[in-house]
Amino acid sequence: MSQLKLQVTKRFAVSIGLLLAIFGLVLQVSPALAAGETDGPDSTSLSIGGIIKDGDVLLEGVQIAVTGDNFDATGTTGVDGRWVVGVPSKGEYRVTLLIETLPEGASLRDPNKITKTVKIDVVNTVNVLFTLNDTTSTTGGPGDKPAEAETNVFLGRLIAGLILGILLAMAAIGLSLIYGTTALNNFAHGEMVTMGALFAFTLNKLMGIDLLISAVLTMMLVAAFGWLQDATIWRPLRKRRVGLTQMMIVSIGLSLVIRYVFQIIYGGDTKVLSQGEIWNIAGVPTQAVNVISAGVGIVILLLVAAFLTKTRIGKATRAVADNASLAAATGIDVERIIRIVWVVAGALTGISGVMLGLFLQASWDMGFSILLLMFAAVTLGGLGTAFGAAVGALVVGLFVELSTLVIPSDLKFAGALVVLILVLLVRPQGILGKAQRIG
Amino acid sequence: MDWSLVFGNAVAELISPTTAAYALAAIGLAVHFGYTGLLNFGQAAFMAIGAYGFAVSILNFGFSFWGAIAVSIGLSIVFALILGIPTLRLRSDYLAIVTIASAEILRYVVSTTSMVGLTGGSNGLSAFGFQFYDMNPFPAGNYLFWPFDVTEKELWVRVVGWALVILASLLVLVMMRSPWGRVVKGIREDEDAVRSLGKNVYAYKMQSLILGGVLGTLAGIIFILPRAVQPANYGTGLTFFIWTVMLLGGAATVLGPVVGSMVFWVLLSLTDGILQGLVNIGVITFLTTDQIGPVRFILIGLGLMALVVFRPQGIFGNKKELQFNV
Amino acid sequence: MSNQISLGDASPGCQKVDPILVADNVSRQFGGLTAVNVAHLEIPRGKITALIGPNGAGKTTLFNLLTGFDKPTTGTWTFEGKNLAGVASYKVARLGMVRTFQLTKALSMLTVIENMRLGAQKQPGERFLAAMFRPLWSGFENRITVQAEDLLKRFKLDAKRDDFAAALSGGQRKLLEMARALMAEPKLVMLDEPMAGVNPALTQSLLDHIKDLKSNGTTVLFVEHDMHMVRHISDWVVVMAEGKIVAEGPPADVMKDQAVIDAYLGAHADIDLGTVSIKTVKDGE
Repeated sequence: MSQLKLQVTKRFAVSIGLLLAIFGLVLQVSPALAAGETDGPDSTSLSIGGIIKDGDVLLEGVQIAVTGDNFDATGTTGVDGRWVVGVPSKGEYRVTLLIETLPEGASLRDPNKITKTVKIDVVNTVNVLFTLNDTTSTTGGPGDKPAEAETNVFLGRLIAGLILGILLAMAAIGLSLIYGTTALNNFAHGEMVTMGALFAFTLNKLMGIDLLISAVLTMMLVAAFGWLQDATIWRPLRKRRVGLTQMMIVSIGLSLVIRYVFQIIYGGDTKVLSQGEIWNIAGVPTQAVNVISAGVGIVILLLVAAFLTKTRIGKATRAVADNASLAAATGIDVERIIRIVWVVAGALTGISGVMLGLFLQASWDMGFSILLLMFAAVTLGGLGTAFGAAVGALVVGLFVELSTLVIPSDLKFAGALVVLILVLLVRPQGILGKAQRIG
Repeated sequence: MDWSLVFGNAVAELISPTTAAYALAAIGLAVHFGYTGLLNFGQAAFMAIGAYGFAVSILNFGFSFWGAIAVSIGLSIVFALILGIPTLRLRSDYLAIVTIASAEILRYVVSTTSMVGLTGGSNGLSAFGFQFYDMNPFPAGNYLFWPFDVTEKELWVRVVGWALVILASLLVLVMMRSPWGRVVKGIREDEDAVRSLGKNVYAYKMQSLILGGVLGTLAGIIFILPRAVQPANYGTGLTFFIWTVMLLGGAATVLGPVVGSMVFWVLLSLTDGILQGLVNIGVITFLTTDQIGPVRFILIGLGLMALVVFRPQGIFGNKKELQFNV
Repeated sequence: MSNQISLGDASPGCQKVDPILVADNVSRQFGGLTAVNVAHLEIPRGKITALIGPNGAGKTTLFNLLTGFDKPTTGTWTFEGKNLAGVASYKVARLGMVRTFQLTKALSMLTVIENMRLGAQKQPGERFLAAMFRPLWSGFENRITVQAEDLLKRFKLDAKRDDFAAALSGGQRKLLEMARALMAEPKLVMLDEPMAGVNPALTQSLLDHIKDLKSNGTTVLFVEHDMHMVRHISDWVVVMAEGKIVAEGPPADVMKDQAVIDAYLGAHADIDLGTVSIKTVKDGE
């Protein structure tokens, strides 16, 4: 007993050591981190921005003042009509359109809305919209213009929701596979998302490695971390027959540890990962990289589906998720399957983290807010079914983005969680889950 | 570097109102988890309800002190019902997810810019304690002795806070030694066994959720009396600290949460002071003073992991009386 | 083959002279699998009825259904004329139908005496507000403590009164669970494999307790694999196989029934059982 205890203690210490070593490695190869940020929008952590246009004409040289706690800056729109102001910390900012810099004839549709208050909290890039009176449009009556704008807003939310849902799905499947095979509610799963985003930031932005190669490397690193986590923490705890509730609390402790290690290494600000061209998708300007992410995400999801249904290991994984002792009795090496699941889950969550980093920007605590969305997705789909997790993630992604049409955007995550609770009330086994056998 | 100050500050935490608030919240959580086996990961929400219910009632609706307390408790009961109705019939890990989600929902709602008029948005609320301090029976002056020396206001918060902790401890002691306590302890271990003996398990879980939640709400009020209401304080971190405090002392013991809170805050203050000192005098060079905050959280995380694996019954707990099931 | 328990001859689903529990058309499906499909069953009042059958016959599932621990796919049943379908398990227990479990559910983190007190019904101190005021419930507590101590003595557990139930042996836990069920003063006790894991030295006293119950007017329904026990104490035997009731009758008759022998041999489920039942048949001839 005490021998075992000692061994577990040792493993525990080793695991934490290894964990720190990985971070150390990443840290060491990224000297720029300690030196802080260079300027320019590329490395600005948090930003407020937008596009000013008069009808379809992008306006250049319009100035926007941003003020906050001990902060004052002015942004100017470029040729593309875009302006960006980097801000030092999360919080509330007042954004004022300097009307005198507007070109002749252009004016705000609602002159009272010259100043807007925006909050940077979960999302790190806030777009501020100033609606101008359309002086360029000569066709069409005044009636159909807002309608078109409304369709565009809806389409924009729809596209963003789909992207978020697909990216979320990969991480949620990872969470669901772990839950399915080990029954662990892993509260440290969000940290693997953070890890994906921050490692990609280190490799791509700080070391200048090509984004694609960075993404693949990050995926491998997080997969390795998944294996390491299982080998040093979860497997010894399973061997020791530590209860599931205890394991869950261990995962909470672990998530605190990893999160704050990230804060020490990367600081409390937000790292901007995305930059690049804007594509026009059905009239909605969307960052190209996010569209590509979603496309790659769909391919990965299909591969996972094929892996689970077609390959021997995939089938064994589902057998273990269905009934571990029965699977063991039929000669499946359950521990080996669980190891594989941790690696696969790490890879999926890591790549999801890279893409979510590109989509939402990367910060030390992004994983935790996303964790709850993942739990919502997994629970909605029916605990422990990978396919359900993917469907749940799509529902959550769409709901989060579309809900902003009705509720304030800083409440959009809350909306998704409300839906989670409502679904539990009506259909506790989730959208796709089967009712449970009692007794 | 004044080391006596570091130790003085740490010792002063023994009676600080924050320690009292954490102890009170942990007593509530012990009712949930330690005695009934409910996985409540939203204790921060009950505390937030105390804080906002109290402050908003006074600032926006002009309630009296007692009226504001009644509003907070009422809201807390409603919140417990909302949490409990969908989840208490389900497997226990659903309650964990729903409570943590609800706590986050509440935090998003109180910090949204669209409710600035009511909740102060991300700035929070302040200047709501005047009625409480008007009731202060202690004349102006300095009280107690180093390192506990306090002003009359500080003394008043401490007296009220710790009186509440003592009352709550007595209440829990009485309840857990009653037949009611016997039923909830039975539920913690095997709810089907208790059900087969004719007890309405669902109702008992609900009562336990409400009792522990109301204690959390009172803790939330004590927590804000000496400070402002800040929405950022009510994140999941707060819930996990309360869990650490509860597990530290022993989840199924009456004094455990109280001693757990004292140990937690003294250790936290001590590590903070010592690390600050070592950084200042140049012994530690790999950290800046900004990074000491995160180091404390890392220590809490490691402590939580080690505690739950190696000593789940806590400092005082009897292993025979508390096991983690589920 | 007439007897004093059934109206007319014994046959699967036959009517009883004085039934306490009547079930109709009770079925439970798991996925595509039908675990229980009972067309009609009556349990005679004041008798000891054994429910036997090979593993997987649906005996425990039927127990779970009747006591509200599982929801049937179809079916209704009444206890003393009161409809019980859809009634919550705790209400079933309050009506006087108390069960034990196959895997013993002695509460190991409570002491033996606390386990016993938990079995008592209508303790006012179990209500939230009353619990705070000891005088409201201490009198009742004293009465049930006396009752509990008496039962513990009968079950030879009085020496363990203040031990945690975790410290008891498997057999003692079975006894404790049964004694605790009796604290509820049930009209019908449903025992799920009361003899499983019980030390042979204790079996005789356990059998005596069950017979005592009958003499006190309590109806007993139990699931058992031990055919000696079935033959020894039961007044009536109900045989289940593949979710259905395949035979019913007094023990001596049932043991000879070809359907029963087929059920056991056909199931191949439990060789021990098979040999016992065959041996029993030979004994009877």
